[in-house]
Amino acid sequence: MTDIKKLEAFVTQVRRDIVRQVHKVNSGHPGGSLGCAEFISVLYQEIMNRKEGFDMDGIDEDLFFLSNGHISPVFYSVLARSGYFPVEELNTFRLLNSRLQGHPTTHEGLPGIRMASGSLGQGLSVAIGAAQAKKLNNDNNTVYALMGDGELQEGQNWEAIMYASAKKVDNFIATVDLNGQQIDGSTDHVLNMGSLRAKFEAFGWIVLDIEKGNNIEAILTGIKEAKELAHNGKPVCILLHTIMGHGVDFMMGTHAWHGKAPNDEQLASALAQNPETLGDY
Amino acid sequence: MKTYENTGSKDTRSGFGAGMTELGRTNPNVVSLCADLIGSLKIQTFIDENPERFFQIGIAEANMMGIAAGLTIGGKIPFTGTFANFSTGRVYDQIRQSIAYSDKNVKICASHAGLTLGEDGATHQILEDIGLMKMLPGMTVINTCDFNQTKAATIAIADHVGPVYLRFGRPVVPNFTPANQTFEIGKAVQLQEGNDVTIVATGHLVWEALEATKVLHAQGITADVIDIHTIKPLDAEAILASVKKTGCVVTAEEHNYLGGLGESVARELSQSLPTPQEFVATQDTFGESGTPAQLMEKYGLNADAIVKAAQKVMTRK
Repeated sequence: MTDIKKLEAFVTQVRRDIVRQVHKVNSGHPGGSLGCAEFISVLYQEIMNRKEGFDMDGIDEDLFFLSNGHISPVFYSVLARSGYFPVEELNTFRLLNSRLQGHPTTHEGLPGIRMASGSLGQGLSVAIGAAQAKKLNNDNNTVYALMGDGELQEGQNWEAIMYASAKKVDNFIATVDLNGQQIDGSTDHVLNMGSLRAKFEAFGWIVLDIEKGNNIEAILTGIKEAKELAHNGKPVCILLHTIMGHGVDFMMGTHAWHGKAPNDEQLASALAQNPETLGDY
Repeated sequence: MKTYENTGSKDTRSGFGAGMTELGRTNPNVVSLCADLIGSLKIQTFIDENPERFFQIGIAEANMMGIAAGLTIGGKIPFTGTFANFSTGRVYDQIRQSIAYSDKNVKICASHAGLTLGEDGATHQILEDIGLMKMLPGMTVINTCDFNQTKAATIAIADHVGPVYLRFGRPVVPNFTPANQTFEIGKAVQLQEGNDVTIVATGHLVWEALEATKVLHAQGITADVIDIHTIKPLDAEAILASVKKTGCVVTAEEHNYLGGLGESVARELSQSLPTPQEFVATQDTFGESGTPAQLMEKYGLNADAIVKAAQKVMTRK
């Protein structure tokens, strides 16, 4: 039985980690990070079949790829609190000589990271390649990928989306963080992409929506459904409806906090809204 | 002067195909990816023998580079195949982030490099790819000169851990290096010994350098001819040893003088042994349609051009 309260406590701590990382170096991307805190936490804490420790090949375990690498604060927090590296290392986010680069990288050997991301639109292809390697290795585990909705404006995604269904890459669940925001405003305003469901379906994917993308129970139900739909000849897409900045009232539902750090006062307010649960680093 | 015999002209891309065939039989981790150019890359035998290890990507090179990066996660050794232009310039950021910066063991295998692609013209004739690839940290850059060397290089790079750019060509050219040679990444091959000038050549220009040496020899000029198949890491030791003896150097490549082998050699020499150098290379220009031989003549990339460059550089000693 899943302990929802435990997951909620985990997510609250992740939110603290996000705003504290970004505040300390006065840079980074809190908005998208907060919006995906529940999803990535649920994936790592409840869904993914993960081995102890980390090796790059990740054979006999589920894999996760983050394509919208700018939400590194949430990724680092979840990885650290899932045991991949010491939580104290979150103190080094974006500092010189840190393994926690502004955008995630394998280059500094940070456990848990399997590809560099930040230049958008590339993660889907890499994740699909990893899924195909699993098939070659007769490894029946699942590959997960997360990308931003604005990121789908990059053309390489559509090469990958076309490829995954044509080649029946069905051990693969790609999630779109559908927060409707990008740097210059709402995605509808910047470049209206129309119906993503219709697009993915036209490309031969199974699509399901998680309407409450910041609700732990809804996420759990949605990913479990996606897992049941996977491994049946088609790739699966989750449209995860999230609220950017979720959990910090003044950051919610706006693109203003895409790449902006809170000041001291704002940090205090954000932390007050998310009391310490697992212990700050 | 050593004599090199053309044992039967072949295209270097067929050397790649032959290397892939052998790898298919000997290394179960090798996988092949192609962006709708199976015939051009000569990989049909690999595909026939290992259909489960071949990935037809379609005309989607960016996706191909990403898929290749992903396939390494799980221990595969992906060899991507398309034209040099579409292997580099078109997908530079994918290679930079998903392969080079991500430390992925991908072999980027690029056919139809340079002017000798011929009649298709400048849209397909990349003369900037060596520069693009050698600037990427951690990338090994190889440009082979004939069928045998290309086959050997293809086999050798499977055992090298790290990203590699392997550049070869379309036309049928003399095959003169030994069959079943051992290819050592980063190790220059001394083809001729002389005292008056060093000729450092790569790719299709290696045979032209040997032809040039014959002409120079008849004029009483002896040349060191060094085949630099690996542009990065460069065998600086071999080049410096030769230049110490001859006091001047000609570099020869089917590439823009900006960013190519010549610049890499010039950097080494400027740091250790400043030496007069002439560049046989294209002069910051695009190519055009024509036969390979016509183009190599027009753009000054043949034995005749190497002879003239050698004569000129010797006067600058």
